[in-house]
Amino acid sequence: MTQYLIRRLMIAIPSLLGISVILFTILALAPGDPFEELATNPAIPPDVRANLRASLGLDDPIHQRYFAWLFAMLRGEWGYSFVSRAPVGDLILQRLPTTLVVIGASQILALCIALPVGIYAATRPYSIFDQIANTLAFVGFSLPTFFTGLLFILLFSIWLDWLPFIYRANIDATGWRWWWEHLRQSIMPVMVLGLFQGAAWTRFVRSAVLDVIRLDHVTTARSKGLPEGRVIRRHIVRNALIPVVTLVALQMPIVFGGAIVTEQIFRIPGIGSLLISSILANDTPVIMAVTFVFAILVITFNLIADILYGWLDPRISYR
Amino acid sequence: MAGSTLASATANPAAPAAGQAARPHVGPWKEAWRRFRKHRLAVVCAVILALLILAVLVGPFIWTVPIDDIDFTRRLEGPSWDHPLGTDDLGQDILARVLYGGRISLAVGFAAMLVAVSVGVLVGAVAGMAGGKVDAALMWLTDLFLSLPELPLLLLIIYLFRDALTGVVGPELGVFILIVGVIGGFRWMPVARLVRAQFFSLREKEFVEAARALGASRPRIVVRHILPNALGPVIVAATIDVAAAIIAESTLSFLGLGFPPDIPTWGRLLFDAKDNLDFAPHWAIFPGLAIFLTVLSINFVGDGLRDALDPRRVK
Repeated sequence: MTQYLIRRLMIAIPSLLGISVILFTILALAPGDPFEELATNPAIPPDVRANLRASLGLDDPIHQRYFAWLFAMLRGEWGYSFVSRAPVGDLILQRLPTTLVVIGASQILALCIALPVGIYAATRPYSIFDQIANTLAFVGFSLPTFFTGLLFILLFSIWLDWLPFIYRANIDATGWRWWWEHLRQSIMPVMVLGLFQGAAWTRFVRSAVLDVIRLDHVTTARSKGLPEGRVIRRHIVRNALIPVVTLVALQMPIVFGGAIVTEQIFRIPGIGSLLISSILANDTPVIMAVTFVFAILVITFNLIADILYGWLDPRISYR
Repeated sequence: MAGSTLASATANPAAPAAGQAARPHVGPWKEAWRRFRKHRLAVVCAVILALLILAVLVGPFIWTVPIDDIDFTRRLEGPSWDHPLGTDDLGQDILARVLYGGRISLAVGFAAMLVAVSVGVLVGAVAGMAGGKVDAALMWLTDLFLSLPELPLLLLIIYLFRDALTGVVGPELGVFILIVGVIGGFRWMPVARLVRAQFFSLREKEFVEAARALGASRPRIVVRHILPNALGPVIVAATIDVAAAIIAESTLSFLGLGFPPDIPTWGRLLFDAKDNLDFAPHWAIFPGLAIFLTVLSINFVGDGLRDALDPRRVK
């Protein structure tokens, strides 16, 4: 297992480097440059500007600039925001926990929907339950998160007036009251993200379970006289989860995309809304750093999926 | 296809042999259509989709209210006979804007799908034919693109390149090219993987061997013999890609970073409507429903096509 882990890590590092190359290429190809702020400032004479560029290494060959940028990123020197002049790293660290909590909670909700519904539907294929679940799953992942978000606000905040539609980071309450307020304002964003993912995963789980349920080892387990619940839990679900983990890992970029939209709708102070606000404010250092953080998050979740994969299917970790 | 005739013959031992001989030749497309019809929801959704496409293509000629006819005396009105879907905060007719926006959203969806499928087929075909190091390198690239955070990168690229491109070809076309190119550029990976897998299995088949023995050139083998047989899964993936591209474009517009404000795409309408939800819910609901209906019907049509085009499924 340890060896397997190290091998997966060795695969993750080149992909992270690949992503950094892509990011840097995009930035290098982009017209205009980070010195636009100075270029449009008439108080700075051209020769001062040229000297500044040279001293900051902006005229170096591109590969030198890439490595300089990469090492700076790795050392945690992510620069300063053009707008607030605060270090970018601090800005992101402030907001990252909120994003992770909302995403984590919504993934748990998605699992709580997808696993039981998918398994129940697959053990009774083409039954009424299966057909309803399948149709609802299609509806669920055809509803874009931005539309469900607005519908939820309309229903729960405006018509029913049950839940607040703006997420507040600093609630002036303590103890149970604080937890209660946080719970109340997290319900809608978590539901929006969780239902969307849950709908997609239900279909994955259903088709994976359907594939496994026909296999011989399941028939063997049944003919040994094992109770059905045990057959489903130990012999079917565990094997069916292997392809599901892969598909879920492939969905991670979509999950983060959905998180950006949800944060924007409910005004959650996470890194997604930081990205949007810094794009609207032309704050290049923050935009680059947040995109990089999203890339790291995707790779990290892929790594976690790989570890799960090795745990679910021991054959993989021995290969 | 040989497998499917065999299976149906064994499943129906009572079928008269004479009937089989007299049965007219059924082409693969006709056979696919027969299977597609069995998926009732898919057929219903194909009709809905066709109606939606017809509506956005022909609608603006029938409903001739201009999309930017500002009338402050009639702002934020609910649905009425004059304005079947109501008006927005400037008194503009929402039906006209939804019809116009549908053109853009659907055009982006289909164009981005074409980009994604072309790149995917190219990468998959090269990897599948070349094998070895080229294949390994291309698959590494595919995996890398699969783990890119799509939406942040879309936003980053549009942020960095929008001004330059709109300066060259004008704001509408510039944003259109950018959005189509970038969405297509981030969606080719599943197609590439599918095509590569198909190529690996097809290039060892006897009919390809026969073509090779007859002296067919490599491009001819790929274009005439392998590609047509690899098309089924690609068509299914392409259908799903249209839906995904429509959602991606609407997401960008919803975040206020897609098309310029005077072009009312569906996502843009929602973006403008979201701060007026409490007193003009119709403004958000109708464009949202348009996106939902389009994406839902495309997804169901894709599901029906999967049943129809997958020769392994014998029904």
